[in-house]
Amino acid sequence: MTGYPANPILVLVDVSLSGELRSGAAELIGAATSVGTAVALALAPSGNSERLGTELAALGASQVLIAETEELSSSVVVPTVDALSAAAAIVKPEAVLASNSIRGRDATARFAARSGSALAVDAVGITRDEEGVIAHHSVYGGAYLVDSAASTGPLVITLRQGSSDLRAEALQPNIQLLQVDPSGTPDATITSYRETVAASSRPELRGADIVVSGGRGLGSGENFTLVEGLADALGGAIGASRAAVDAGYVPPAMQVGQTGVTVAPQLYIALGISGAIQHRAGMQTSKTIIAINKDPDAPIFEIADFGVVGDIFTVVPQLVAAIESRRG
Amino acid sequence: MKIIVLMKEVPDTYGERTLDLETGLLNRSASEPVLDEITERALEVALSHRDGNANTEVVLLTVGPDGTLPATLRKGLAMGADRAVHVHDPALLGADLTLTAQVIAAASKHIGFDLVIAGNASTDGGGGALPAMLAELLGVAGLASLGTVVLDELTASGSCNTEYDSFEATIDLPGVISVTEALPDARFPNFKGIMAAKKKPFETLDLAQLGITLGEETARSIVIAAAQRPARNAGIRIEDAGDAGDQIAEFLAQNQLIKGRSA
Repeated sequence: MTGYPANPILVLVDVSLSGELRSGAAELIGAATSVGTAVALALAPSGNSERLGTELAALGASQVLIAETEELSSSVVVPTVDALSAAAAIVKPEAVLASNSIRGRDATARFAARSGSALAVDAVGITRDEEGVIAHHSVYGGAYLVDSAASTGPLVITLRQGSSDLRAEALQPNIQLLQVDPSGTPDATITSYRETVAASSRPELRGADIVVSGGRGLGSGENFTLVEGLADALGGAIGASRAAVDAGYVPPAMQVGQTGVTVAPQLYIALGISGAIQHRAGMQTSKTIIAINKDPDAPIFEIADFGVVGDIFTVVPQLVAAIESRRG
Repeated sequence: MKIIVLMKEVPDTYGERTLDLETGLLNRSASEPVLDEITERALEVALSHRDGNANTEVVLLTVGPDGTLPATLRKGLAMGADRAVHVHDPALLGADLTLTAQVIAAASKHIGFDLVIAGNASTDGGGGALPAMLAELLGVAGLASLGTVVLDELTASGSCNTEYDSFEATIDLPGVISVTEALPDARFPNFKGIMAAKKKPFETLDLAQLGITLGEETARSIVIAAAQRPARNAGIRIEDAGDAGDQIAEFLAQNQLIKGRSA
């Protein structure tokens, strides 16, 4: 067994069933490297270790542990928890970091319970002080900033996707196959499976630099082409308020807010969104907010850097044309 | 089948929610307490199963301070749950996820269960981790964030849409599942239910009764700082006089927010 570096941070990366890295790995390894040395852990079918190890080293992992398993297509979470347990036993990490994705959270929550470790979920950043790793949280829609730490032992952290810009420098691959003893914990059995294919060339809502969202003011699902047009002119992602989702204009995956996706882009444009607290909770930490709404009393104007009281159906086409002409 | 539904009292999201900056804890008195909507949907899953399977018992389980919680929990009984169990203990003030999961695991064993149903994430803590922690502590299978649920006497199945994929899966009972907002809205309590709720069993437990003693050496997640983000101020606001689109474009350009299509 090779020695492990000081301040190891065990990073669980999301990998597809066929062994392809998911998008969040660079962010996780970047954040881990800012507080210690990133040791990446990936589960994949055999035959992918060399490639995955090289890709993860290029993202800044000083060491890559690969748990080869053929169970990912049938078992939901236990193989990942068992691999985390095996990796933590040899790495003795100061913190365990995973994406705050459904699967990342599921695995780390079980791992924290199994190992009796402190758990910090949905962090928006991590730092360290002389006593160890600190998780930073943005709560109640960003109205409060709360820091948490473990009273003792490693802190298990899930990092909100798209919350950290830190990236690490590429390192030489240092790959090790991880031996995992199955715990025998009962697991859910997958009976059917499909990858969610990204339906458009637009950026993902989570982590996008620019988000254009539509609300009830759009009036119909067809009118969302207005939102799409502006998003495409700016190279942004598309979101929606809960009202627009509840009205059936767009699918729930597009919902920004307390009960949907939380975003903090450079630019957020709210079209026909009144700005209920529930919506604001999902977007009020955006760097710049622009709102267009025909109701001058809409609460969205209280937090907008630039607010227009007007009709989105006349203002937005003019805006799109102006953007196109400026880009030349 | 015996189903435990995890219920949570949260501050109403329609009001302002505040933290005590000294302790990092929720100011419970500052907002209207309600049953978290997602836990009501979890209860609806249990109640609709009971509608078709009369030999089903639905038990509400909650952890939280005394005060308003018993009254809030009555709504779940009024909706149709058979009985309620409330764990409260002064030592649980500021409990982290790990301790909360331990308490719920102990209470679930005390009650006995075939299935535990939870919401996927509360509107206040929003952690979404507790059902998985509970399943691990109970040593049973779990399925998180289900958008559909099918129950029978031996299994629970459903579909899950994650950020990257979607799948259908099944667990053998006993087990723990959590459900999302894709599940149907909860039923409203009717007058008969509200009257009946007053007579339904309501058990209160403390940590000693659950056999839990808190050790100093146990690993806990602790709040070490809490601060309020400065409130956002309204910036420029104009009435559209026919050129608002151009003005926004000007504002975007000044702030370097118009980029190439590939940006």
